[in-house]
Amino acid sequence: MADRLDVSIEDRREPPPEDGKKHPNTCPRCGSHYRDDELDANLRVCKQCDYHYPVRARDRIAQIADGGTFVESDADLRSADPLQFFDLKPYSERIAQAEMATGLGDAVVAGAASIERRACELAVMDFAFMGGSMGSAVGEKLARAAERAAERQVPLVAVTASGGARMQEGILSLMQMPKTVAAVDILREARSPFVVVMTHPTTAGVLASFASLGDVTVAEPGALIAFTGPRVVQQTTREKLPDDFGQAEANARFGHLDAIIRRPDLRPYLGRLLSFFVDGRNGR
Amino acid sequence: MAAEPDQNEIEQLRLRERIAKLKDVPLLGKVRVSGDLARLERDIERIAAEPTADEVWHSVDLARHPDRPYTLDYVERMCDDFIELRGDRTFTDDRAIVAGLARFRGRTVALIGHQKGRDLQERQDRSFGMPLPAGYRKAMRVMELADRHAFPVISLVDTPGAYPGVVAEQHGQGGWIARCQLEMMRLGIPTVACVIGEGGSGGAVAIAVADRVLMQENAIYSVISPEGCAAILWRDASEAKKAAAAFKPDARHCLDLGVIDAIVPEPEGGAHEDPDAAAGLLADGLDAALSDAAEGDVDTRRAARRLRFRQMGVFTG
Repeated sequence: MADRLDVSIEDRREPPPEDGKKHPNTCPRCGSHYRDDELDANLRVCKQCDYHYPVRARDRIAQIADGGTFVESDADLRSADPLQFFDLKPYSERIAQAEMATGLGDAVVAGAASIERRACELAVMDFAFMGGSMGSAVGEKLARAAERAAERQVPLVAVTASGGARMQEGILSLMQMPKTVAAVDILREARSPFVVVMTHPTTAGVLASFASLGDVTVAEPGALIAFTGPRVVQQTTREKLPDDFGQAEANARFGHLDAIIRRPDLRPYLGRLLSFFVDGRNGR
Repeated sequence: MAAEPDQNEIEQLRLRERIAKLKDVPLLGKVRVSGDLARLERDIERIAAEPTADEVWHSVDLARHPDRPYTLDYVERMCDDFIELRGDRTFTDDRAIVAGLARFRGRTVALIGHQKGRDLQERQDRSFGMPLPAGYRKAMRVMELADRHAFPVISLVDTPGAYPGVVAEQHGQGGWIARCQLEMMRLGIPTVACVIGEGGSGGAVAIAVADRVLMQENAIYSVISPEGCAAILWRDASEAKKAAAAFKPDARHCLDLGVIDAIVPEPEGGAHEDPDAAAGLLADGLDAALSDAAEGDVDTRRAARRLRFRQMGVFTG
C-alpha cells in the first residue's frame, strides 16, 4: 500500500454529513431545497420534479379533511407489551420514545371527519411512529374506525403508510392482519364504502390485510407498495429487480390499483368518489 | 418482599393452571392427552420460568426438521381417500399449496395445506412451501367449493412465508393474502386450522382464519422468521436464537396469548420420530375440533369466527 501513488483529487467541498442523510427538506430525487413554509404550501410535493415527501398523519388530515371537522377517537389507546419484548432496548421504551418524538399515541390517527362536505371516518397512518408498524393499538384503532363507519353508515377512508407488522408484539402483531380483515368484513356487511389511499411505503402485513380490501384503492405517485420489499427479495432470490419494482406505477400497470392520484388532486378526488357512494344509492 | 411468592412458585402455579385449562378444553378430551399431561406434570419440577431460550429454539429446530412430516404425509395417514384438486383457474398450479377432497373420519372434508418438498427437486418444485398468489387463489376456490357443498375445511399450515419474489409481487401477493383471509373469514362451514411446522407470517395466516386454530407441540407460529427479526432488530441474523426467545413463537406461548385454542401433542422427541403416531394424534385433535366447530348454525359460526379474530391484541385505553 505504501508504495502506491495517491492520485485522488483533493475534494475541497464540505464533506457530506456523516450518516449520508440529506436535510429532510432537500428533495432526494432532484436535490431542490425548500423552506418549511414553501414545502407545506405545496402539500410537501417538490415543485421541480413532483417528488412526494412523506406527510405526517395530522398534516395529512389537515390536507384532506374539511377544516375543523376532524374529531379524533381513541387518542388514549396504547399498545401494551404482552411479551415484555426486549431487543437492544425494551419495547416499552421504544414506544415511549416514539410517542415523545411524534406526539402520537401510536402509528395511526383515527376519527370522524368530512371530506368536501361528505361525512366519513378517517384513519391515517404515520410512518414516523416506529415505521408505521401495526401492533395491537393500530389494529384496534382501525377496527374501531371500521365499526364506527358501519354504525354511522358512512364511508371509511384509510391512508396507509407502514413497514408491516410490529415485530415487538410477536404473534399478536400477526393477528392484527385477520383482525383488520374482520373489521373490513363488518364494513362490508353494513355496506359502508371503504376507500384506501396507499402512500409510501405500504408493505407487508398492512398490504396483506385491510389495505388491499378497499372498494376503491388509489396510491400516491412513487409509493412503494410491496408485500416483500426490494432488499429482501434481492437477498432471498438473487433476482434482478426491475427499476420500478414495487412502485405505485408498476402496481397500477399490473392491475392492483384503481388510480395514482397526485397529492394536490387527492382531496377533490376523494370528495368526488365519496359523492358516488353517498349521493347515488338508488340501486337498492 | 417476603410476602411475594418466589418465581418458581408462580411458574408452578401457572403450569398447574395451564394443565387445568388443558383438562377443561373439550377438544383435547379425545386426544390422548394423558401422556401429555403426565409429561407436563413432570415439567413442573423442571420449569423455573417461561420456556427458556433453549426450549424455544428447540421448537424452532423441530418445526423445521428436514424429516418432519409434511401435509401430504399426514393426508396419507389420516384420510381414507384423497383426490387432489389442482390449479388456480387463472393460469397455473402452485405446488407450494396442495388442496383436495378427503375422506376424514367418516366425513368429506376439503383439505388445504402448505407442502414442502423432501428432496432438492421437489423442494424447488414446491418453492420450499412458499406460495405464490396462485396458491392462495387455489386455496380460495377450493374453500368456496367446500362452502357450496357444505364440506368442512381442514387447513394444515407449514410455510416459511409467502414467496418473496418479483413475479409474486407483480401478481399481487399482498392482495391475495388479504383476500384469502377474507374468504376464509366468511365461510359458512366449520373450519379448523393446525400449524404443523412453520407458521411463517402472512403466508401462514392467509389459510389460518379458522373457527378453531391448533398447533402441534413443536410447531412455531410467528410474525417473522427468527433470522429476519434478528437481522432487523439486532442487525445480525446470527442472533436468531435471541430473537426467537424474545418474540416467543412456540405453541405454549401462542396458547397463553389466546392465539390458538389447543396444542396437539407429538410423540416423544417430535413428530418426525414416529410419523404414524403423530398423524394419529393430529387426526384426533382435528376430529375433536371439527366436531366442536360444527355446533351452531351458519350465522352464529361466522359471527363467532369474526369475533374471535376481532378480539386479538393487547392494549390499554
